[in-house]
Amino acid sequence: MATHSAEALKQEERRYLRVFIWLGVLTAVELWITTVSLPKFTIGCFLVVLAATKASLVALYYMHLANEKRTLMYIALTPAIICVWLVLMLSPDLGSVRRLWTTQVPPAAASQHAHHD
Amino acid sequence: MSQAAVADHDFALEPAESPLTPESWGKLGMWVFLAGDAMSFGVLLAGYGALRYFDPTWPPPSSILGIQLTALMTFLLICSSVTMVEALAGIRQGDEAKLRRFLVLTIIGGATFLGLQAYEWNKLIVHEGQSIAKDNFGATFFILTGFHGCHVFGGVVYLSAILGRAVRGVSSAVVTGVTGAAAALGVIGITAKSESALVAFIGAAVAGGIVYGVANAQRGPRGTYSAHSNSEVEIGALYWHFVDLIWILVFTFVYLM
Repeated sequence: MATHSAEALKQEERRYLRVFIWLGVLTAVELWITTVSLPKFTIGCFLVVLAATKASLVALYYMHLANEKRTLMYIALTPAIICVWLVLMLSPDLGSVRRLWTTQVPPAAASQHAHHD
Repeated sequence: MSQAAVADHDFALEPAESPLTPESWGKLGMWVFLAGDAMSFGVLLAGYGALRYFDPTWPPPSSILGIQLTALMTFLLICSSVTMVEALAGIRQGDEAKLRRFLVLTIIGGATFLGLQAYEWNKLIVHEGQSIAKDNFGATFFILTGFHGCHVFGGVVYLSAILGRAVRGVSSAVVTGVTGAAAALGVIGITAKSESALVAFIGAAVAGGIVYGVANAQRGPRGTYSAHSNSEVEIGALYWHFVDLIWILVFTFVYLM
């Protein structure tokens, strides 16, 4: 991003508009997908991919990461990697909590059971 | 110590140029700040996902939240990102008028977003009985969108300060008017009761005064930015695009999924 010739700036402006159109189209696709009768998990996967694509477009072209030094891209990517890691590390705990939640005996049934004993 | 050695010593203490962002150290600083801020949002989103996953009573977001309104808000933020890159492109071409024009549009976009968010919160809190203390949904929703809203407000103030340096006199008052109107929309939208009107106007006046002070304190003579000196605008733009990027994720994870 050091030098900005007039022609390069014009090209950049055209790219900004193309990215804007893509962002609008992808947002419309996101809204449409939520109305389609597909399994919830499939819809969720589509939405995550679309959101990640939109976020990448903003970071690469509007925040100019595509033109920056690679090390700066690593700095920007680090939080995303750490957050995905955090979610993966939470998953086993969440699974066991959910199992406890869904298999626990309701309080009323538990007290009845104790009364019979 | 020879003159060259002294120069080397000084360079080692305070290098003039960042190795990653030769334009300015501030840009590198903003990237590091944004990386930290992204962690905050990442943890909030992970917490939202975790609470939602193990709670079978979690309501479907579409049954409570207005998707059309937030889709409009998303589109608005995307538009404001485009106006921001156009503002930066303008000053890189040495066109100060274009910088000012698109900065004003960006600020109006951010202010309108805040107004719509205030309207949404007012609808949820006053008319639908939602609150931060009601359940996990309310807690995570209001914290996430509120934290993002604070970023948008900060962005509006930040861009107003940049605009304040690019304009002077009457134009500066226009900047104050726009940001004051944003604050008024926000405060009136949230309180929205006749007995709160006075509080709303006082809040708006205080917010407008703060912004006016910031804009004036930062204001320099016309020509502060040029085709060769615009790193402050670029750094402000980075912040604004980050706010847009985060909203793209919040919209998907909180409103659509």
